[in-house]
Amino acid sequence: MSRSDTPAVTVRNLSRSFGDAQILTDLNLDIAPGEFIALLGRSGSGKTTLLRALGDLDNCYTGTIAAPAGRAIAFQEARLLPWKTVRQNVGIGLTNVQRATRVDIALGEVGLAHRADAWPATLSGGEGQRAALARALVREPALLLLDEPFASLDALTRIKMHRLVESLWQAHKPAVLLVTHDVDEAVLLADRVLVLEAGRIAIDERVEIARPRDTADPAFQRLRAKLLRGLGVEIPEPRTEDRTPPQLRVVERREAVA
Amino acid sequence: MTTAAAIPNAPSRFRLPRRAVSPLILIALWEIGSRIGLIPARILAAPSQVVATLFDMIASGELQSNLVVSLGRALTGLALGGFIGGGLAIIAGLSKRGELAVDPPVQMLRTLPVLALVQLFIVWFGIGETPKILLIALGVSFPIYLNLYNGIRGVDPKLIEAARTFGLSGPALIRHVILPGAMPSLLLGLRMALTVSWLLLVIAEQINASAGLGYLINNARDFLQTDVIVVCLLVYAAIGLTADAGVRALESRALAWRPSLIKG
Repeated sequence: MSRSDTPAVTVRNLSRSFGDAQILTDLNLDIAPGEFIALLGRSGSGKTTLLRALGDLDNCYTGTIAAPAGRAIAFQEARLLPWKTVRQNVGIGLTNVQRATRVDIALGEVGLAHRADAWPATLSGGEGQRAALARALVREPALLLLDEPFASLDALTRIKMHRLVESLWQAHKPAVLLVTHDVDEAVLLADRVLVLEAGRIAIDERVEIARPRDTADPAFQRLRAKLLRGLGVEIPEPRTEDRTPPQLRVVERREAVA
Repeated sequence: MTTAAAIPNAPSRFRLPRRAVSPLILIALWEIGSRIGLIPARILAAPSQVVATLFDMIASGELQSNLVVSLGRALTGLALGGFIGGGLAIIAGLSKRGELAVDPPVQMLRTLPVLALVQLFIVWFGIGETPKILLIALGVSFPIYLNLYNGIRGVDPKLIEAARTFGLSGPALIRHVILPGAMPSLLLGLRMALTVSWLLLVIAEQINASAGLGYLINNARDFLQTDVIVVCLLVYAAIGLTADAGVRALESRALAWRPSLIKG
């Protein structure tokens, strides 16, 4: 490993089947401390199965997993307890001292200090996910597992959440495993992008693009296209010269001005 | 309907609610019927007579002392039944083994009409306070059990899973996740239990009572005092209404987190 001698997470020969369906087959994976991994894959490829095994939500697998004890999960749905306020939700399972010292800081970090006493039912989707992130981060995890946490958010909220997650990760440096089906999201945030296929890691791609990343960057576009092809989506090669019809360009410019 | 907001300076003079008109007409007809001898007092006392008797019974303290006895029976039965039903529901709700042990016998007993057990209870427990309280407790335990059990089973497993990953387990999980999640069902069960306890109180107090509202009614029957009977019926109704309002107030406090209650 380049960053550290001992990986934060070591997975060896991980297999998991549900009935006759073999979901994960002899999967091997190392995650370095502080490394941000994005895990892509088609529906049913076993992304969430791998995350659940790493998060100790499932132990019906064969093989070995070495992961830090300090793990925290943010789920696709915020999964806040509706009968507890945002502050109480973030502080759940903490000691009294931790609750007193850390919860409000964590809420401030995700920009939710003003909603600390709100009921979860009154939060927007983005606010709910911010609270879920605060609840995960307040535990100061060495491994942060994110299970499609932005999938149900609208596009604008998702962009904000991407920036938030990146800055929180840079501030706290946990190892992160982000399960997503959004290739842009993966390339935007991760140090390494993995593509899961037929129960194994089919693509393991290091993202060398400097942060903060821009989706319009040609390097970004090339990696995006490569990953999409790896996921079985045929897209045309990136254009080497501009063949856009002149008329269309004018329209685009007008929109840009407006 | 016009609202106060639509007419800012509307005069705030007293207006009879429209739904009160027909009951008031019925009471007036009843009073007239009694006055002209159409309704004899031994069949049904006049409303004015009922009100006068009510004040007499309050003045003599007769009503209050017997009311306290009746309330004591109802609340003791309710507490006992709630404890038994709630305890069994927690056992059956939290584990498959508990469900197998508890649920089949409870579901079988539930099919028995509780009122049909009165005679058996008299054989077992005599005619003192015990059969009265146990009858209420038995009747109350079923709605509490069924609703709390369903409530516990209805808690979103995803919330339980999430709470586990954040370090809650055992009693803390029950206290912070499972019981609050089952609270709406439990309160519904409590409302049903209150209705049942009141109904069974009326029945139980027919068993040779020497105090309580039922005793007053039995005594009044022997002397054809229909006014006393009607007063007692009114008190039964008033307490039923009060209890229901009490649970609804409890609901709006305990369930303040629910979306339907946040806005209102």
